[in-house]
Amino acid sequence: MSGPPAVWQAAGPVLAPLAVALAAISIIVAAAGENPAAALRTLAAGSLGSREGLAMTLFYTTDFIFAGLAVSVAFRAGLFNIGVEGQAMAAGIGIALAALYAGALPGALALPALALAGAAGGALWALVPAWLQARRGSHIVITTIMFNFIAGALLGFLLNGPLGAPGSMQPESPAFPAAAAMPRLDDALRAMGMTPTDTPLNLCLPLALAAAFAAHVLFERTRLGYEMAVLGASPPAAAYAGISPARIMMLAMILSGILGSGLALNELTGAQNRLILEFTGGYGFVGIAIALTGRNRPAGIVLAALLFGALYQGGAELAFERPKITRDMIVLVQGLIVLMAGCFGARARSGEA
Amino acid sequence: MPDADMLLSILASGVRLSAPVLCACLAGLWSERAGIVDIGLEGKLLAAAFAGAAAASLTGSAYAGLFAALGASLALALLQGYAAIQRGGDQIVCGMAVNMIAAGATALAGAAIFGEGGRTPGLEGAARFTPVFAGQDGLAFAALACVGVTSFILFQTRWGLRLRAAGENPQALAAAGISVSRTRYGAVAVCGLLCGLGGADLALSQAAGFLPGMSAGKGFIALAALIFARWQPGAALASCLAFGLLDAAAIRMQGAALPGLGPVPVQAIQALPYILTIILLAGFIGRSAAPAAAGVPYKKE
Repeated sequence: MSGPPAVWQAAGPVLAPLAVALAAISIIVAAAGENPAAALRTLAAGSLGSREGLAMTLFYTTDFIFAGLAVSVAFRAGLFNIGVEGQAMAAGIGIALAALYAGALPGALALPALALAGAAGGALWALVPAWLQARRGSHIVITTIMFNFIAGALLGFLLNGPLGAPGSMQPESPAFPAAAAMPRLDDALRAMGMTPTDTPLNLCLPLALAAAFAAHVLFERTRLGYEMAVLGASPPAAAYAGISPARIMMLAMILSGILGSGLALNELTGAQNRLILEFTGGYGFVGIAIALTGRNRPAGIVLAALLFGALYQGGAELAFERPKITRDMIVLVQGLIVLMAGCFGARARSGEA
Repeated sequence: MPDADMLLSILASGVRLSAPVLCACLAGLWSERAGIVDIGLEGKLLAAAFAGAAAASLTGSAYAGLFAALGASLALALLQGYAAIQRGGDQIVCGMAVNMIAAGATALAGAAIFGEGGRTPGLEGAARFTPVFAGQDGLAFAALACVGVTSFILFQTRWGLRLRAAGENPQALAAAGISVSRTRYGAVAVCGLLCGLGGADLALSQAAGFLPGMSAGKGFIALAALIFARWQPGAALASCLAFGLLDAAAIRMQGAALPGLGPVPVQAIQALPYILTIILLAGFIGRSAAPAAAGVPYKKE
């Protein structure tokens, strides 16, 4: 199935988390002594009510589509990849290396080269835990957690040393060359003589949507997608059917790492234009919430990513207006949604929702 | 070259730094021995640290802080236990949810109550635990005592036997007429209390108050230490001490050069526990295997 039916199928599961989010936010805001109705209005207006707000919502949505798909493709094969955060960091290191050391590339080749370098970094960081699980029996949940911390340490080392900007006290790389900047929506608006939005929304959004469509085709139409689903549903059945678990695990994790690299591409070439510490912002973990609420379906993941994009952007507006209600509220709400969707809901990890 | 004084001070601060990790590690040991994998140690440490600092700051009493820390962590543990035991939820997802809830709730409540960007006011005097012996305070000794108590209960008592059965072979436990759920709830409750002790140590002893995100991965280091210790209490003490010393060395040796190696980046030392755990898990240096039924929700037949 493709198109509208899949979208409608996906909308159902996203409505419950939306209700949880609105209820939780109302209670939290009331507990902080503020007016819940006014807060919800600020949240909605801040995320969807203006061109700027909507563009920022879509910028976050881009991150979250990539992160949700990354978690989901591994889920499909029965693997819980908690390492999207670390894989995105490794992807960011790849992107920065390409941007800073392959500066001689002609403009049209620069961005594809950056994307490839990022994908290679993400895939490598996902492949090692996959290999360790497939060949050495190390549990992938534990290894991907450890790989997150190792990626963080590596990033810190590089930014305080070899990749750090000379003369800067901040742990950051030098600015990327101009050819490494992803075309932004604002560039198009300016070219058309319209007012720019002053947001980093960029070409990665259509790329994320294309990735979601590709994931849909992979899951529903290809042999690999079917083999992943069989392995995820029943490893003995997969083995009996002659499917190599090791091969599928490694392929699924490579795909997961590549998808996670989209988060780094969006943040680094779209917004930061340099490598910084903590550019992943915990979005790799948001991917878990997205994959769970989107029930591992790409259409559901896009909708869930939009919901979380709106929550993150609206939450930022709310925090700006009401300093008592910090953005941490959204992390709390996200935790409640994960608890509801993953623990109190239906089967969380199986490929088929 | 580090001299004797520096080595002594690294030793003392290593022991200090290992106390919260030891608490979380023993907490994970209880939970996983009974069949509940817990990646939510980090969140429970953080929640306990916040509740402890907030209560100590509002009452001026470190003991009030300790009780609040134990209570907050216990409540989160029981929520996690309810989701994982009663509702048969995925244990990894439940742990993840607890980490997110704690990270969000502590920073949010901190900002709402104290208005200092999530931190609590600095604690002084009776609102903190102070060293009683050899530079260590009462909480550190309590953590040490928990090693012996854990070992005794798990391996010398009937409850401990049941608990381990819930983690290795819950069907056998059920066949003996004992409730797997109740046994696992007990273990999860102890896990919560131990994380509470660790969080109290973080906020009321190591630091003078709460900072958002102050658990800083200690709950995950504890998980690594647990794997290293092969789910044994005595070995847990050893691996936590080793990781604590590593941590202290990393802080002291920033920029210092090791003989024959040149300057060692501090990040390399920080990442070492994680790298060693991966090598161990991969079976390149011995083997470490979790309790057989850990991670598997138990369903009555």
